Amino acid sequence: MKINKQTYQKYAKQRAPSSPLFKDMFFAFLIGGLICAFAEGIYNLYLYLKIDETTVRTLVPVTLVFIATLLTGIGVFDSIAKYAGAGTLVPITGFANAVVAPALDDKSEGLVMGVGAKMFTIAGPVIVYGVIASVIYGVIYWISGVIS
Amino acid sequence: MNLFWDILKAFLVGGAICSIVQIVIDKTALTPARILVCLVTLGVILGALGVYKPFIEFAGCGASTPLTGFGYTLAEGVRKAVDEKGLIGALTGGLTGSAGGITAAIFFGYLFALIFRSRPRD
Repeated sequence: MKINKQTYQKYAKQRAPSSPLFKDMFFAFLIGGLICAFAEGIYNLYLYLKIDETTVRTLVPVTLVFIATLLTGIGVFDSIAKYAGAGTLVPITGFANAVVAPALDDKSEGLVMGVGAKMFTIAGPVIVYGVIASVIYGVIYWISGVIS
Repeated sequence: MNLFWDILKAFLVGGAICSIVQIVIDKTALTPARILVCLVTLGVILGALGVYKPFIEFAGCGASTPLTGFGYTLAEGVRKAVDEKGLIGALTGGLTGSAGGITAAIFFGYLFALIFRSRPRD
């Protein structure tokens, strides 16, 4: 059978698991929302424990990162993410998961080029583009301050 | 009661952001890496435009927990550093602002990658 690009795409589309948009959106909303609600809960818990607000602003993402990396390690994160889609990807939990998961998968390549390097397969680009955007903003902000 | 309302707002706003991104994923088949890069960059831009701060004041962790909030932290860090130290702040502010989250991800990520084994995925 001759396979050109179009027939392949048609074939791939038929065989790909169907992904009903509304079901995906529902689970993304539910689980993403629950993660954010949980974050708000511990934010208020930390404030209640008399931790000052600047520290709490760092402590909340750190807590979420801790939980997400742990759940990835014990293999629970993947089973939730399968249903949640963007629900676990978009919150900081997705970033944390993206640090551990490739490091775990390529652990056999060693502690330096396996774990050490692969941690940044996805987190690297995220940090690179975030930092570049922030530097550009900083320069523009500085110039606008000098002019005015 | 106030706490309940705060948590509900975080749930609704955070959930809404995730389901909007879910539409983008389903319709475009962008890879997770690209999605995360877009979100963080968008967060920096919205932070720079001054849009994201009022959004966080309204939705709390519903706005700060999605990765756009991470971008906002970068922008906010840079703005503060430029105010205090001038142009050099453009280089130092971003990572200073987001240091906790990044370092936690590296430290816990490394720790749990050492402790646990990878398992086959289905």
